[in-house]
Amino acid sequence: MSSQTPLLELKNIKKDFFGNQVLEDINLTLDEGEVLGLVGENGAGKSTLMKILFGMNVIRETGGYGGDVVLNGQVVHFNSPFDALEAGIGMVHQEFSLIPGFTATENILLNREPQKKSVLAEVFGDRLNTLDRKDMDARSEDAIERMGVHIEGSMSISDMPVGHKQFTEIARELSKEQLKLLILDEPTAVLTEQEALALLESIRGMSKRGISVIFITHRLQEILDVCNKVAIMRDGVLVQEVPASQTSIPELTRWMVGRSVANAAVDRREPPATEPIMSIRKLWVDMPGETVRNVNLDVRRGEILGIGGLAGQGKLGIPNGVMGLYQAGGKVTFEGQDIPLNAPRKCLDASLAFVSEDRRGVGLLLDESLEWNVSFPAMQIHGEFLKPLLGGLVKWRDDKAIRETTDRYIDELKIKCTSSKQKAKELSGGNQQKICLAKAFALKPKFLFVSEPTRGIDVGAKALVLEALKKFNRDNGITIVMISSELEELRQICDRIAIVSGGRIAGILPASQPSEEFGALMVSSVV
Amino acid sequence: MTEYVNESSRTTMDKIRAVMKEFGLPRLIITAFLLLMCIIAPFTGANFWTQITNVVNRFSWNAVLVLAMVPMVHSGCGLNFGLPVGIIAGLLGATLSIEWGFTGPMSFFMAIVIATPFALIFGLAYGWLLNKIKGGEMMIATYVGFSMVSFFCMMWLILPYKKPDMAWGFEGTGLRTTFPIDKYYGGVLSNFLKIQIGKLVIPTGALLFFALLAVLMWAFLHTKTGTAMTAVGSNPTFATAAGINVDKIRMLSVVMSTWLAAVGILVYEQGFGFVQLYNAPFNMALPAVSAILIGGATANKASITNVIIGTILFQGMVTMTPTVMNGLINLDISEVLRVVVSNGMILYALTRKSEVTR
Repeated sequence: MSSQTPLLELKNIKKDFFGNQVLEDINLTLDEGEVLGLVGENGAGKSTLMKILFGMNVIRETGGYGGDVVLNGQVVHFNSPFDALEAGIGMVHQEFSLIPGFTATENILLNREPQKKSVLAEVFGDRLNTLDRKDMDARSEDAIERMGVHIEGSMSISDMPVGHKQFTEIARELSKEQLKLLILDEPTAVLTEQEALALLESIRGMSKRGISVIFITHRLQEILDVCNKVAIMRDGVLVQEVPASQTSIPELTRWMVGRSVANAAVDRREPPATEPIMSIRKLWVDMPGETVRNVNLDVRRGEILGIGGLAGQGKLGIPNGVMGLYQAGGKVTFEGQDIPLNAPRKCLDASLAFVSEDRRGVGLLLDESLEWNVSFPAMQIHGEFLKPLLGGLVKWRDDKAIRETTDRYIDELKIKCTSSKQKAKELSGGNQQKICLAKAFALKPKFLFVSEPTRGIDVGAKALVLEALKKFNRDNGITIVMISSELEELRQICDRIAIVSGGRIAGILPASQPSEEFGALMVSSVV
Repeated sequence: MTEYVNESSRTTMDKIRAVMKEFGLPRLIITAFLLLMCIIAPFTGANFWTQITNVVNRFSWNAVLVLAMVPMVHSGCGLNFGLPVGIIAGLLGATLSIEWGFTGPMSFFMAIVIATPFALIFGLAYGWLLNKIKGGEMMIATYVGFSMVSFFCMMWLILPYKKPDMAWGFEGTGLRTTFPIDKYYGGVLSNFLKIQIGKLVIPTGALLFFALLAVLMWAFLHTKTGTAMTAVGSNPTFATAAGINVDKIRMLSVVMSTWLAAVGILVYEQGFGFVQLYNAPFNMALPAVSAILIGGATANKASITNVIIGTILFQGMVTMTPTVMNGLINLDISEVLRVVVSNGMILYALTRKSEVTR
């Protein structure tokens, strides 16, 4: 391991997406053969940092980045992932990019196959060379060897278990001779315990051969097992950088979720010890990327219950499943009545309401006026804003009542718009979110699911949205279940917080508990 | 000084550009073309008022067929290229009404009554199919229209129609491709309360009939179900989350569209004076689609105003061009022009479909 010039140096890396600062002054060095563990909550900026490093197009399209990437003592500027590959950086993404019908060998060497000269190539150029199958086998064998895990080169990808697909991806990167730095983005997420161990072993092997590795994972134990040093990111800032041998899981989680500033004064109340208004038993939800496996949960009347957890652990699946938007099973009772699953109408009739995390996809009629957005569910479900004509034969839309209600909410929630006739798509994210809330409030629900209410909106709007929710709960006694990836936000307004890990409830704690305890629950049974 | 001039002229240009974008380039060109025709017409010896009469007449024949586009556009099923499905229901109504001996205005009324159950059944089947293939509605609709027309080409021959006014003269069975309906409902609407001032003739009845249907459609879109239909077209996931049965609403829109097409063809026939069978329904869908597009509709937004403006512009162009062109260069390019415009308009509108926010 050379000590004179580090392999990679990041100097003052900055990045903003349309004025929204996501990375601030990141400084990081990586020596040859070093393994760096990168941890942080979702949205901490890990992926953005890796995208900058790998020269992904999205970075350039959104205005580039600030600061320097220094590779082997030279400032580099990658315009595309090809440049990064050329310079010896390899990346294994969370999603597989393999051709299912091809064998492992073919995938590993795709477009870099050793070739044999053919007669046709003399005339038509190199594209008509034939593949040197023997050499291909040898080279893929070599790459697999270097990984330290055995997979069958002649096996077709579609026949492989997920773990082997992951190894094929890694082998593809290893087969590149110029490879100096390998970025692994949550490679163990899809692996079984056994396979994960094998992968960690192969990371150690790579490190011995002088290949540096940046390893991103939510499984903190793996970080401690395999990394030389750990970098912790939070809200776009690198908060800590420590040798892995000098830290522990509790310490890491505290750095991950803890806020440096003391919490603003929160008027916290005792969690109401009322009877449950909703009981969820053995709930499973088939929501892609947010699978719920087995959730048992009691929500108390009048409380604000927070549901937190890392992305992909199933916290979003819970409201989407209960409200019938994704295929679900299990038993949900609300005020002593069974709520049938997979039937959105039945939930709404039972006075449940849902503010979806997918604002643009589920939450809004983008091409329609704010009036329509606010009034539509209430009109369709409770028959509000309708005037009966011809003795009730025709239900005529009462545009005046709709306008009055919309104007009231615009006023109450301080929605910035030109008029209630403005199209929903023309509003900013924060104001769109307020419209979604107004829509749910107009339904006059007894129970409200709010999913990621502050995702992608600015600080000011965030405070307003949280305040509106709190007021709705306090003034009308409405039970609210709020799902959010931001623990601090949950701790601000919730009475109790349930943490979801691995599609199950890992634990429920009063919001007054310190952050570390929640952090520990978050990673307790990550899958 | 010059800077100021540049500044102001640029903003004017920007304004013009914004207006043009709002109005749509093709619509602008077609309107300009139509105005040009109006101006040239007197010089070619054509009577201005006759021209206007022609346009108004053609409008009254076609407007209902264009109106039939509205429900499916609102529910997100796209433009109804399967218009022939409804037209055939209408033709069944027309031929059966005549076969069973109804005459005069009664035959028109009975044609609508008889066409209704057919439109309902065809519409339900067609709607069921469209619910199976969400996303590819317009393509499938086109082929549904094609196969329906072809199937009925056989049916018109096989079905046991006997009425000498409709059947082939030699055999006495099978329907003719075209037959006049003066004895039946030819002109029943157009001649009702007809206004004639010199060379200007206004088919009041037909216009009133269209107005009635248009008002009904407008009213429907203001009801609870109508609002739900628009929401389904705007964002089906949103509608589902608000407890709407999306498939049911789409089905309803297809049935409405099919029924309006059935009535539309009857209105067309009463004005035209003939019933056209066999391949004729093929030629009805594209003009109706392009008319509503010229009127400013997109693949998922359409209003009654779009229907009226579009039908006037499209039919105006089709009727004015031949007279003016014949007068000018003794060459009839109206048919070519009609095909170019109607298909060009559809192509233009479909390429712009991606601009809709999702």
